[in-house]
Amino acid sequence: MSWEPVIGLEIHVQLKTQTKMFCSCELSFGDPPNTHTCPVCLGLPGSLPVANEAAIRFGLKIGLGLGCELAPRSIFHRKNYFYPDLPKGYQISQYDEPLCRGGRLGDVRIHRVHLEDDAAKLVHVGASGRIHGADSSVVDFNRGGTPLVEIVTEPDIRSAERAREWLILLRETMRQLEVSDVNMEEGSLRCDANVSVRRAGESELGTKTELKNMNSFRFVERGIKAEVARQVALLEAGQPVVQETLHFDPQSGSLTSLRSKEEAHDYRYFPEPDLVPVAVTPEMVEAVRAELPELPAERAARYETELALSADSARALAFRPELGRYFEAVLERADGAPAQTVANWVAGELATRLGDADPAQSKVAPDALARLVAMVGEKAVTAGAARQVLDRLVADGGDPAAIVEAEGLGAVGGGDELAGAVRAAIEANPDAAEKVRGGKAQAIGPIIGHVMRETRGAADAGEVTRLVREQLGV
Amino acid sequence: MIDRAEVLHVARLARLELSEGEVDRMASELSAVLDHIETISELELDGVAPTSHVVEVGSALRADEPRPSLPREEALASAPAVAADGFEVPSPGA
Amino acid sequence: MSDLLALSAAQLAERIRARELSREEVWDTYRERAAADDLNAFLWVAADAPDTGDGPLGGVPFAAKDLFCVRGVPSQAGSRILEGYRPPYTATAVEKIVAAGAPLLGKTNQDEFAMGSSNENSGYGPVLNPWDRTRVPGGSSGGSAAAVAAGQVPWAIGTDTGGSVRQPAALSGIVGLKPTYGAVSRYGMIAFASSLDQAGPLTRDVTDAALLFSVMTGRDPCDATSLEHPEAIRLPSAQDLQGVRLGVPDDVESAAGIEPGVLEAFRATVARAQELGAEVDTCSLPHARHGIAAYYVIAPAEASSNLARYDGVRYGLRVDGDDGLLAMYTRTRHEGFGAEVRRRIMLGTYALSSGYYEAYYGRAQRVRTKIADDFRAAFERFDFVVTPTSPGVAFPLGAKTDDPLAMYLNDFFTVPMPLAGIPAISIPNGLSEGLPTGFQIAGPAFSENRILDAAYALEQAIGFDTAAVHA
Ligand SMILES: [Mg+2]
Ligand SMILES: [Zn+2]
Repeated sequence: MSWEPVIGLEIHVQLKTQTKMFCSCELSFGDPPNTHTCPVCLGLPGSLPVANEAAIRFGLKIGLGLGCELAPRSIFHRKNYFYPDLPKGYQISQYDEPLCRGGRLGDVRIHRVHLEDDAAKLVHVGASGRIHGADSSVVDFNRGGTPLVEIVTEPDIRSAERAREWLILLRETMRQLEVSDVNMEEGSLRCDANVSVRRAGESELGTKTELKNMNSFRFVERGIKAEVARQVALLEAGQPVVQETLHFDPQSGSLTSLRSKEEAHDYRYFPEPDLVPVAVTPEMVEAVRAELPELPAERAARYETELALSADSARALAFRPELGRYFEAVLERADGAPAQTVANWVAGELATRLGDADPAQSKVAPDALARLVAMVGEKAVTAGAARQVLDRLVADGGDPAAIVEAEGLGAVGGGDELAGAVRAAIEANPDAAEKVRGGKAQAIGPIIGHVMRETRGAADAGEVTRLVREQLGV
Repeated sequence: MIDRAEVLHVARLARLELSEGEVDRMASELSAVLDHIETISELELDGVAPTSHVVEVGSALRADEPRPSLPREEALASAPAVAADGFEVPSPGA
Repeated sequence: MSDLLALSAAQLAERIRARELSREEVWDTYRERAAADDLNAFLWVAADAPDTGDGPLGGVPFAAKDLFCVRGVPSQAGSRILEGYRPPYTATAVEKIVAAGAPLLGKTNQDEFAMGSSNENSGYGPVLNPWDRTRVPGGSSGGSAAAVAAGQVPWAIGTDTGGSVRQPAALSGIVGLKPTYGAVSRYGMIAFASSLDQAGPLTRDVTDAALLFSVMTGRDPCDATSLEHPEAIRLPSAQDLQGVRLGVPDDVESAAGIEPGVLEAFRATVARAQELGAEVDTCSLPHARHGIAAYYVIAPAEASSNLARYDGVRYGLRVDGDDGLLAMYTRTRHEGFGAEVRRRIMLGTYALSSGYYEAYYGRAQRVRTKIADDFRAAFERFDFVVTPTSPGVAFPLGAKTDDPLAMYLNDFFTVPMPLAGIPAISIPNGLSEGLPTGFQIAGPAFSENRILDAAYALEQAIGFDTAAVHA
């Protein structure tokens, strides 16, 4: 019998507000250590936190983007534990009254979304000789206090690959909401996974483990795969899975238990008395809603259902909103061209040529691309020639018809000109013509090749074939 | 009532070192106070909302506008140990 | 010189304004007395007068309890763990007082992290009561109370969490006001219990309390729990108590440890109040007697968290262990904190720990709601609730140090008000056995103007000589 992985994700997203969650220090990345601190984010005696309005707003935006229910009143708790990167001896986080609950992204349900502040950075510096030669570490509080949103999913994911795909969708959603840089390598998007397995068809959940430190999309997939395999091996050997926190080492692909370190898991949560409840007014929600863009999951669904695009094309266009916008602009001007064809030109040909650049900023005007697509449709130009035209458009811009004219790239049309060329080719290849007349259809090649040479590729191969057959009477 | 084992567990959570003698004294002193505190267990409190904030204040949010941070020398001025422009601590793993 | 000492702070300000006294003369006189302090009331005295310009406080120096952060000035909250700590910023309350024209004369001794009712828990030694140097001045703002009572400073500020302004004021024969929670910014006040802590003035008379308090209030963007006081604070002027309804809790006479002399002084003042026109009746605050129990869960719980930051990493004491981080934490905190602080950290950690939260913290917060409800109901019938401030007069040093619970019960009359967030004042109420007693007046949130008026009228009737002990 096969095993089914059950996966839930907990994602920490660093918000790109200007200042920290509870103080007015500017957020910084890569600045010299301890140059962005103040009494509040250093946890100096007597200092008090005050919540950042923009962080609340970003939290609401994420909540709306994920279809959550927004709490009219939410409160902050203290999560108490000792660690050198935690200046106050507690993290200010939300506990039983979070900012948002429920929701869905794609086919994964969201359990909750809450706000908290980030820990500082602890750098290991090795033996200093100071503490009896013991190892020491150094704390840099620049990052300490950065606003975080924690997104917790329901255990709706069933494979490591899906976890990775969904995480990419989440990243695109956060990016398009413009609330975070969502860079896993830089730590502005961090993902932990809760993993368990069960016999396929069972509804009860198995014992779960928590996977930490998967700092790339690839590692998320690999880490979960490794953990699923480990759990399956245990269960098949008749051994239990122990609930624990595991650290994934991407170098070796191994998982190590963090149990010893977190032996006392008693955070002594209680309501943060230094902060007052966050009251969200309908006006705040409406203001945030007005800023909400169409998000990738919605946009992809719309492309698939309304425009009948393939799932791949829909995602390619939806995950890069600038591509999607450009695609829609071209489609509007393409005068009845099939949406899938336009999608192929935008997401395929044009995107390949432009790389990460926004097509709206390129020299290819949507009008121009729309005309080019139309010319291909009318067989005024062949697909191959159209690609050459697109090269010119990307390099210099301009009007596709003019480029075709100037370069002589026009399809040699169905008219007398092409018929003449075909006649000449038949005359030049009497043996081949004879064979085709005799029923050997594949012998047509040399004749078509002759026409293409003569017209420098500007003839439509299908049309040439039709004319050859017509003139040979087959 | 609180026993020795609980005192040691709580001391560990609170990162407090207690000498042998202190463990017993703490257990008896805390027990006396807890006995008094337990008088509230007799009160009928069903349906009573807990008070965590005694005065109603609106959200009291702060505008997202940067203000100058402390110069690094000032941030580090009171630190017991400094290395590499940061606060030096014994390694957590050690 | 003795002439100058007989003046209240408000009178000094007036003389300075009228150029009958110079700022320098006032500063030098008090600076000399504070520097010669033999009560251990001061932990730090300023060398020179800072230039504070003109303002309503007119250059009259003040002292601040050690736990108020002042930029570049030792701010240790009475704890060895912060010995020599000089913060890079100043508490809002101090900034406002200085901006109103009062220079900071010094920092006063206190119970460590404001945990205590006798000032014997200071990491820097106990403070002596100027009325009897074998006795405690009360706590935790004992240094501020003793310094004002002894004429070492014209006025001072302290903080009140469960009675830490009112009780030392009562035991030292001066006035102490605990404002409505949120009326004064807590920014820069080294925290004991955040949902209870509130700064207030300790002064020779009610007028001084009103004057000092008037410049301390206001919403502070740095303290999310602070509020704009709905009324500007006025100087009190009431001559009688016509139409004022006073409620006397029905359990005052039976309160644990209440001394006959204290009760007698209390009754006498209630009678005076009636003579001044007040209507007096007994009132019922059925949950107030559970205040101590609720308080000794909530305050230690918050304190256990507030004091987690003293970990030897960023400031203060560090004691390195020979086996890494955990040893550094536990040794630093063992050596840096005194016995009472460790006891309360243990108590609070226990009350919040897994499995106990609901039984202790959760219940205590519900009791808190009931106590607030009791007061709300009482204030429908009464303008104020009045009690003795402390069940007894100043006790001898060492008398209660071995019995934490007996010490905690001192706070019986003062603990319910901070739990309910409401303001209360203690005024000198004559002597019992030669030692000061206090009369407490509590009112609804933001009723400080009315409390001050009632206190002023009673103060005139009582006629207590605050300056009696000035050496
Ligand atoms: Mg978190
Ligand atoms: Zn800061």
